[in-house]
Amino acid sequence: MTRTEVAIVGAAEAEVNWTTQLSAVDVMAVATHRALADAGLRVTDVDGVFAISPYFWMPSLTLAEYLGVQPRVSDSTNMGGASVVAHVGHAMRAIQAGACEVAVIAYASTQRSDTGRLVTGSDTLPYERPYGPLFPISSYALVAQRHMYEHGTTRGQLAQVAVTARKWASLNPSALKPEPITVNDVLASPLVSDPLRRLDCCLVSNGGGAVVVTTADRARRLPKTPVHVLGTGESHSHRHIAAMRDFTTTAAVACGAAAWEMAGRGPCDMDVVQIYDAFTINTIIGLEDLGFCPKGDGGRLIEAGTGPGSKLPVNTSGGGLAYCHPGMFGIFLLVETVRQLRGECGARQVPAARHGVAHAFGGVFSGHATVVLGSDA
Amino acid sequence: MTTRPAPDSRGPGRAYWRSGADGVLRLPRCTACGRLFWYPRTHCPHCGSDAIDWVATGGRGRIYTFTVVRQSPEPFFAARVPYVVAMVELAEGPRVMANVVDCDVESVRIGMPVSVLFEDLGEDIYVPLFRPAVGGAG
Repeated sequence: MTRTEVAIVGAAEAEVNWTTQLSAVDVMAVATHRALADAGLRVTDVDGVFAISPYFWMPSLTLAEYLGVQPRVSDSTNMGGASVVAHVGHAMRAIQAGACEVAVIAYASTQRSDTGRLVTGSDTLPYERPYGPLFPISSYALVAQRHMYEHGTTRGQLAQVAVTARKWASLNPSALKPEPITVNDVLASPLVSDPLRRLDCCLVSNGGGAVVVTTADRARRLPKTPVHVLGTGESHSHRHIAAMRDFTTTAAVACGAAAWEMAGRGPCDMDVVQIYDAFTINTIIGLEDLGFCPKGDGGRLIEAGTGPGSKLPVNTSGGGLAYCHPGMFGIFLLVETVRQLRGECGARQVPAARHGVAHAFGGVFSGHATVVLGSDA
Repeated sequence: MTTRPAPDSRGPGRAYWRSGADGVLRLPRCTACGRLFWYPRTHCPHCGSDAIDWVATGGRGRIYTFTVVRQSPEPFFAARVPYVVAMVELAEGPRVMANVVDCDVESVRIGMPVSVLFEDLGEDIYVPLFRPAVGGAG
């Protein structure tokens, strides 16, 4: 039996800003309606609702109620920042099983306007609690420190990730931090949790986004270029950093391998790469664990160039470090990949981009989801 | 809050948090597969057995990785910045999280030998901490 092919047919963001008058569910709904309009579909076509947000106990129920949808498939799976990327695989399988035909996947947070800092329902491990690690940065710092020790990754290489993110952001009219910075600027910013400094950290913004997934058959009857879901993977190796077994290698290895195998394509086939950059170390480890370079060479790959005009364009929106970061960045990895593969990205467009990969980390290098997308199936 | 946040010490964690009453750090061991593990659980994370006993460690190990925390929203920790949060690899194998104390935070390195001490929180809870060891990792 031939597997039903599925495609992302709509993508949009909403309220990517520092101040908003909308609530988180407003923003999820606005993004969803925009993504449906982008797809040439209507909310009455939706029969699958996938959502995550730190604001809601039952996000897909909250969103569906607001939209006025009674779905046949509902999914609020929470894998932190990896959730919505994992939802693409879940939606694909639901559509392939005939359980639904038009799925929306959405996320939103208004944390910046509400508190000025990360809004999260994250629980703490009793075995970490008495020691005062900062959530989540100290967990990433523990990984960065070990990576520097084992593989010779330098502070300068970490800083270069942030510098490159700003270069991409300068080409993205929606980016919240388009001003250029230098390696020295990063190294002069205050230490927060060694070795990570303030400019190694993602932004704290508002924002939401949504994508629409349906069958490739239906996608062909819609106005825009379908972006086919070629491969998906998901995994997690731990929840809390104290339970991570190897602090320099993540479950992205298994997760990425599953996505590559399903797609029948590998790193060398990718024209654009999006890796969830909550902190600068993430991009380095993501490139290694997805197979773009051998373990330990991620810092050198960054130095070789992942910015505009390079052979390996990574985080072309500016990423969580420079575009926006409303708590979980996963949805923006998907939106940017879709736009790059449709050729909609203006000054930051990667020429003739046909294949892209989005990899999201959730929690503290814990949850992982990979999606391989292609505009020529 | 000027006292250290107390851990939830119910269940399998109870033996861990009260181990320091006699100055000895103990870890859970699965009697089915023989492996020590951390953190404490009702069942072995290696083989799934619930046959768990507790064994005394030498309380020595080396720093596997660490971070120096420079700010905190919690008053107890904010009053103590900068402080070290580390994963310590015990000589017996498992890694545990703890603060490294009694030293200049700038002197802490991966591989540094450390030995355990305990902070008595009352309520029969003794929080394991580590400090630089004299005489190596043991």
